Order: sequence, then structure tokens, then C-alpha cells
Amino acid sequence: MNNDEIKAALTSKSRSAKLERRGKIISFLCIALIVIAVFAIFAFVAVRGIATFVGTKVTLWNFLSKTAWAPGTTDASGVPKLGALPMITGSFGVTLLSALLATPFAIGAAVYMTEISPKWGEKILQPVIDLLVGIPSVVYGFIGLSVVVPFIRNTFGGTGFGILAGTFVLFVMILPTVTSMTISALKAVPRRYREASLALGATRWQTIYKVVLRSATPGILTGIVFGMARAFGEALAVQMVIGNAALMPKNLISPASTLTSVLTSGIGNTVMGSLENNALWTLALLLLLMSLAFNLLVRWIGNKGAMK
Amino acid sequence: MNAKTADKIATGTLRAIAGIIVLILASLLGYILLRGVPQISWHFLTSPSKAFAAGGGIGIQLFNSLYLLLLAMIISVPLAMGAGIYLAEYAKPSWQTDFVRTAIEILSSLPSVVVGLFGFLIFVLQFKMGFSILSGALALTLFNLPLLTRNIEDALRQVSFAQREAGLALGLSRWETVLRIVIPEALPGIISGLVLGAGRVFGEAAALIYTAGQSAPALDFTNWNPASISSPISPFRPAETLAVHIWKINSEGIQPDAAAVSAGASAVLIIVVLLFNFLARYLGQRLHKKITAS
Repeated sequence: MNNDEIKAALTSKSRSAKLERRGKIISFLCIALIVIAVFAIFAFVAVRGIATFVGTKVTLWNFLSKTAWAPGTTDASGVPKLGALPMITGSFGVTLLSALLATPFAIGAAVYMTEISPKWGEKILQPVIDLLVGIPSVVYGFIGLSVVVPFIRNTFGGTGFGILAGTFVLFVMILPTVTSMTISALKAVPRRYREASLALGATRWQTIYKVVLRSATPGILTGIVFGMARAFGEALAVQMVIGNAALMPKNLISPASTLTSVLTSGIGNTVMGSLENNALWTLALLLLLMSLAFNLLVRWIGNKGAMK
Repeated sequence: MNAKTADKIATGTLRAIAGIIVLILASLLGYILLRGVPQISWHFLTSPSKAFAAGGGIGIQLFNSLYLLLLAMIISVPLAMGAGIYLAEYAKPSWQTDFVRTAIEILSSLPSVVVGLFGFLIFVLQFKMGFSILSGALALTLFNLPLLTRNIEDALRQVSFAQREAGLALGLSRWETVLRIVIPEALPGIISGLVLGAGRVFGEAAALIYTAGQSAPALDFTNWNPASISSPISPFRPAETLAVHIWKINSEGIQPDAAAVSAGASAVLIIVVLLFNFLARYLGQRLHKKITAS
């Protein structure tokens, strides 16, 4: 080998170093793509959603507080009838009610699994929860439509469609999410807490209630918020059982609508760029912002309640 | 009330709650399988659906679901691999990394209908792909990427650091260490993550309604030209999947046997998802045994 060749071999990068560089760049591009996608989603939906208020007589306050949703028609003063309050009420109604219903069941099941009968829980309850997570949402919707809606119709009268039916369907859908997060919160409570409490003469229930549940509260809250986020964003299962009437819900069994149900049934029937269409994108923006808010809430609970 | 009685009552209540949850799942599965399985026949699984008459099948929808799943996985797995490797191996703890993690978390918690609408705006309208399998696969990729990335990152992190040190000590670059040592070791975890993700993608409908479309044109299974609209492997044709079909016939369908068809289709959907679940467990354990010395 002459000097030039040796010099070239020593000063240029080895095959390995080139490979390393290429690998690092490729994997970085993948991660960059995901971040760009997140920004693009927010940007595109926001541009469409804000267009509703630009150059029209619709104001944000009217949009959020009026109850008449009839895109394409205007009221006496020429303002388009775009009041999203019925959908907002519907969305929050089903979300809060289903979380309220699911929480005691989820905590009960999680306590049973971690504190009372871990063996039975591990063998039966854990697979049951895993399977419930895996069932597609349209199947829940179909069962809601063919079992829950007729049941409500026969028991309470009316059509059976409405917030109550949506609540039942969402209850079963978010139950596994909340339960499995509560289980991990309970498992994170150190064993010595329980031992200390039992050594003081407390019964098992006193230990669970006064020690274990108290110290797992932040984790349990996080689970509930995650469940609510899932319920708020669920589209098809709810759309199938809620009745799809953009009216203020009078009671739990009158047909109602949610942000997601109006979106799924409406986007295909409006012309891109029209006010009716833009109003739907505003609803999508609202959904996006709510999911962001749930995210922030989870973070806040996590920071506030972290065990030090 | 005395403490011991309270303890007994509480234990009883908790036991009842656990029982109720098991009962809910049992009745859900029982209902779907009892009503749906009698509908399933070779004819039902292979013949095309009918819009107005009874006796339609789900053949095309089933094929579309599988094909769409395949395409979505082909696109999302390499991306998630790259992203997972970067997060597990290269990213240093800093605010930039935190930011990336937050972005992934937000993407994973977005409602799937919003992801679908974004896909409609970008892929269907902006890129002019129309309602097509390709648009659907890209939307599903967005839906699948965050969870898959997190799965892969976790699997890679489980690999002990000594393995990496051994690779580096032998003179391998970090990238080679990851490809040759860390990934094979983490493979069981990665595979079960992939299969679970596949189950999730297979049952997804909200992200597909406005991307892959709601119609299932007839397919000619002798035509293998990917550019032809009637070819089963064409990525440019609209494709209604099984999950979308169930939603569609229940919300706006007019078939006289809509209930029977959706019961059968639901049963097929659940059976496939259950298969994916068992497969994930089985493959994970099997691979672990085969690759490691244990």
C-alpha cells in the first residue's frame, strides 16, 4: 500500500461509521415525520375550523351557546343558525355519565384483583379485560342498537335512542381502559404501606379504603380521565345509538347528538368550503382541543400527585 | 357498624362487581357468537354484499379489510421501527425529546374520527388520491403509529444494557448493535405489539369512512393488474371494510336482512380479533423460547 492509499483509508470514514450515520438519520426522519404529522393535523383542522368565523356573522360565543343547529338557514337578523350547544351537551353528557357509571365498577374490579384474590383475578379477570379492549367499537354499536336500544324503549318508552343508550355503550367501552389503569396504580402502592396498616390492627377493607386507595388516587384519576377522553372521541358506536337529532336533549331518552355523531353523518353531505361544511370542521377543532385538554389534565394530575 | 362486618360487606360487594364484569363480557361474546355464527357459511364469507336484497355476503369487505391491514402494516411498521429505535437508542434526555414524546402521546389520544377527517383533507382531497385503499392505509398508519412506536421503544428498552456494551466492545457501530443484537433480542415483544396493533387496525372504522370510502365495487379475482379498478390488488379503488360495512348497514342500510348480516359480520370481526389476541400471546412466548436460551 502506498502512502496515498493509507492516508485515504485513515482520513475517510469507515464503512461502519457511514452505516451508523445513515441509520441515525433514517431513524430521526421517522420520528420527525410523526411530529410533523401531529402539527399538520392541528394546522389543517384549525384553518378549516376558524374559517367559520372569518367574514361571516357567526361569533364564537353564539356558536358555543346557541341551541339551533340548522346550517344553511339564517335567523331573522341574517345570522346563520349555527348553535353547537346541543352537540356539546350531548358529548359532555355521555362522557360524564359513562365515566360516573364506570368508575365504581373499575375501582371495584381493580381492588378485587390486586387486594382480595390476585390468583383468580390474574387467571380470569385480566384476560376478560384484555378481550373487552380488543372488541371493535362498531360491534359495541351493533350490540347497543340491537339490545340496549330496544331494552330502553320497552322499559322507559320513547324511541330508545338517546343519551342513556350512548351512556351504556360507552360504559362498557371505557370500563377496561379505566380498570387496567387503576390496576397498575394499585400495584404501584408499596407493599409496606399495607403491612404497616394491617400491623396496626386494621381490617383488610380499612387498609384498602384508608391507605391503598388514598395513595393510589392520582393514578386512578389518570385512568378515569383517559376513559373520558376515549368516550369523548368515540364516534361510530355512539352515532349508532344516540338518535342523531341536533336538538337540545330534554331528558336522557330523547334523541340527541354528539360532536362526533354530527361529524360522521354530516361531512359527506356538505360541499367542501361552504359554511355548512366549515361549521362541521369547527366541531372537529373543538374535539381536537378537548382531547388536548384531557392530555393536559392527565399531565397536571401526574405532576401534582407524583409520590415523592 | 363494626369493622369486621364492614370488611365482610365490602369484600362481598367487590366480589359481586368482579362477577358482573365477567358476566358482561360473557354475555357480549355469547350474544354475538350465538347470533352471528349460524349466519357464517362459505357463501356468506365469499359472496359480494347486496344493497337492496337479502342474502348478501361479506366476501369483498373481508378481502378489503385484510388487504388494507396488510398495506397499513407495510407502511407503519418500518416507520414505527425507525421512530422506536431513535427514541430508545439515540434520543438524549432533553426538552426536545420530551417534546417529541408529548407529540406522540397527543397523536395516540386523538379521536380516530379526527384522524380520519385529516386523512380526508390531505390524502383524499389535497393529494387527489380519492376514496381509495391507499388513503385508508395512510390514515390507519397515522392511527397506528404512536402506539406501535411506544410498543417498540418499550421492547427495545427491556433489552439489558450489557448486550449493547458487548456489541460495542466487539467494534460494532451503534446502528449495527441495534440491528444485529438488540432487535433480535427484543423481537418477541415487538411481534406481540405488532399483532395487537393489527387487531386494533382490523376493527377500526371511524378513520376509514372518509378515506377508504363506503362502497365496495365488484372485484374480478382473475385481474391482477394493479392499475385496474376492478383488480383486487389495486390500491386506488374505494374499499369498504368489514367494520365500515357493519356501521353502514346499521345506520343507513336498507337490506331486509341487515340485522342478520351485521350479526354474522360482527362475529367474523370478533373471531379475527380474538385470533390476533391469541396469536400475539402464542407468538411472543414461542419466539422468546426459540431465540433466547431459556
